[in-house]
Amino acid sequence: MNWISAHQEMFYVVFLMIFVGIEIIGRVPSVLHTPLMSGANAIHGVVIIGAIIVMGQAAEDDILSLVLGFLAVILGTLNVVGGFVVTDRMLEMFKKKK
Amino acid sequence: MLVLIYLIGSITFIVGLKMLSNPASARKGNLVAAAGMFLSILGTIFLYENEGQRLGNYPWIFAALIIGTIVGTLMAKKVQMTAMPEMVSLFNGMGGACAALISVIEFNHLLHTTTDLSTVDTTKLLIILLGLIIGAVSFSGSMIAWGKLNGKIKDFAFGGQHIINLVILVLNLAIAAYVILFTPEQLHMFFYVVVALSILYGVFFVLPIGGADMPVVISLLNSFTGVAAACGGFLYDNKVMLTGGILVGAAGTLLTILMCNAMNRSLKNVLIGSFGGGNTAAAGSGPSGGTYKEVTLSDAAVVMSYASKVMIVPGYGLAVAQAQHVCHELEKALESKGVEVKYAIHPVAGRMPGHMNVLLAEADVSYDKLLEMEDANEEFKNTDVVLILGANDVVNPAAKSDPSSPIYGMPILEVEEAKHVIVNKRSMKPGYAGIENQLFFQPKTSMLFGDAKKALQDLLAEIRSI
Repeated sequence: MNWISAHQEMFYVVFLMIFVGIEIIGRVPSVLHTPLMSGANAIHGVVIIGAIIVMGQAAEDDILSLVLGFLAVILGTLNVVGGFVVTDRMLEMFKKKK
Repeated sequence: MLVLIYLIGSITFIVGLKMLSNPASARKGNLVAAAGMFLSILGTIFLYENEGQRLGNYPWIFAALIIGTIVGTLMAKKVQMTAMPEMVSLFNGMGGACAALISVIEFNHLLHTTTDLSTVDTTKLLIILLGLIIGAVSFSGSMIAWGKLNGKIKDFAFGGQHIINLVILVLNLAIAAYVILFTPEQLHMFFYVVVALSILYGVFFVLPIGGADMPVVISLLNSFTGVAAACGGFLYDNKVMLTGGILVGAAGTLLTILMCNAMNRSLKNVLIGSFGGGNTAAAGSGPSGGTYKEVTLSDAAVVMSYASKVMIVPGYGLAVAQAQHVCHELEKALESKGVEVKYAIHPVAGRMPGHMNVLLAEADVSYDKLLEMEDANEEFKNTDVVLILGANDVVNPAAKSDPSSPIYGMPILEVEEAKHVIVNKRSMKPGYAGIENQLFFQPKTSMLFGDAKKALQDLLAEIRSI
């Protein structure tokens, strides 16, 4: 019980975000399913922040962490940048339509 | 200050995603979320503090960011429209791998900083393992999905595989639970076993699923990576990772369910029942070796020009041939002869939902000529000619009549209701589901072989000469 009240903020955030996520997707035309999936893909690239923190905290002589962290940041960046650019390209097609 | 930045970041994710669900604001929504992401990343680099310590190793961080940005942009810009879903899968896999790597590094830290294993922070260990498993599964699964859409990986199924998958999963979770609850001495070894099992599970999870179902699988893996990102959020008590991760986890899950509904199949059916009981691929469904008729260009041109109503069914073949512009020209030519032309769009025609819409929009085809499947099915009986351009499984009657077919139960475009059906394909080779299509052997159907672009160009020339 103590653990729950100590972490209650986190529970609120989690439950609210689940609700928000479901609400937003509720009425999406099927034509937008793929760009939406691509956009969501880019957003979960926020995991890169964890990689940045890990790399930023690595000690200078901790080669393993530095190398793996370096790789992780590259991968995260690919997710973020690639994700947003691909989504933008998909949506380019919509600009002429009504 | 960083708190404010993370708050803004979270808000941009929510607002951006909301805007993405509406065609008018979609493009801006993407930019909004991107801006928030950018801000959050910069904020983290310069303002993050843990126990009074700012982040270091700036050269490494920026080098990685620059490399990732250049490579990511090049890859995303150069890819063909038809390869979009594979790119989404590829980038999703990158995100999953990133989450898994974070867990690996943090696990190592945890071990090095904990002298007495019995005092290890079990909550932290739990989060690390969760992030690892989910991230690794998402990574390997996404790579397989990418390979499948690429054509590099074929569907692979073997008897009892779903049991094996389940065993791998249970074993993996059991080992993880053991590690968390009992923190044995050989923690390292068990950890890497979990890594291996997770990667294996991801592979086996996606391997048997048919290529046409990939977008659904990718959407599911997308939400997995979201949850893996959220695990990172729990680990660092980082609000923006938490909000972004859970948002995508929830939205992605619902989106997956919506995609399944559009195909009128349950998620369970997509993941497990993809073969409808038995083998898939060429051999096996329905009698093979029927006879088909070919139609000449001039006959096709005549029957279409003198029709009152023509329905065009676009499919992947149209996209591959990049023939959407010629198609539009054909439509205009027919309409100038007084023929009513409409397009019947099946929800999973092409390689992703909305693929055909995007393709035709690029060719300036008017939006109101595109009929969704239910509406199109009502009009086929009043249609004189159906012109199928590189579509196959979506017009395969086996989906209605043959319970042993892999596509059984999928709603299709009921083109056989029309008076004539002309099918344009490059050859008689099967479509994505790898099965024969009885439609091609029916009396009302005739085949017009050739690359969609060339066939349409020739057909157009014939029509104009009438």
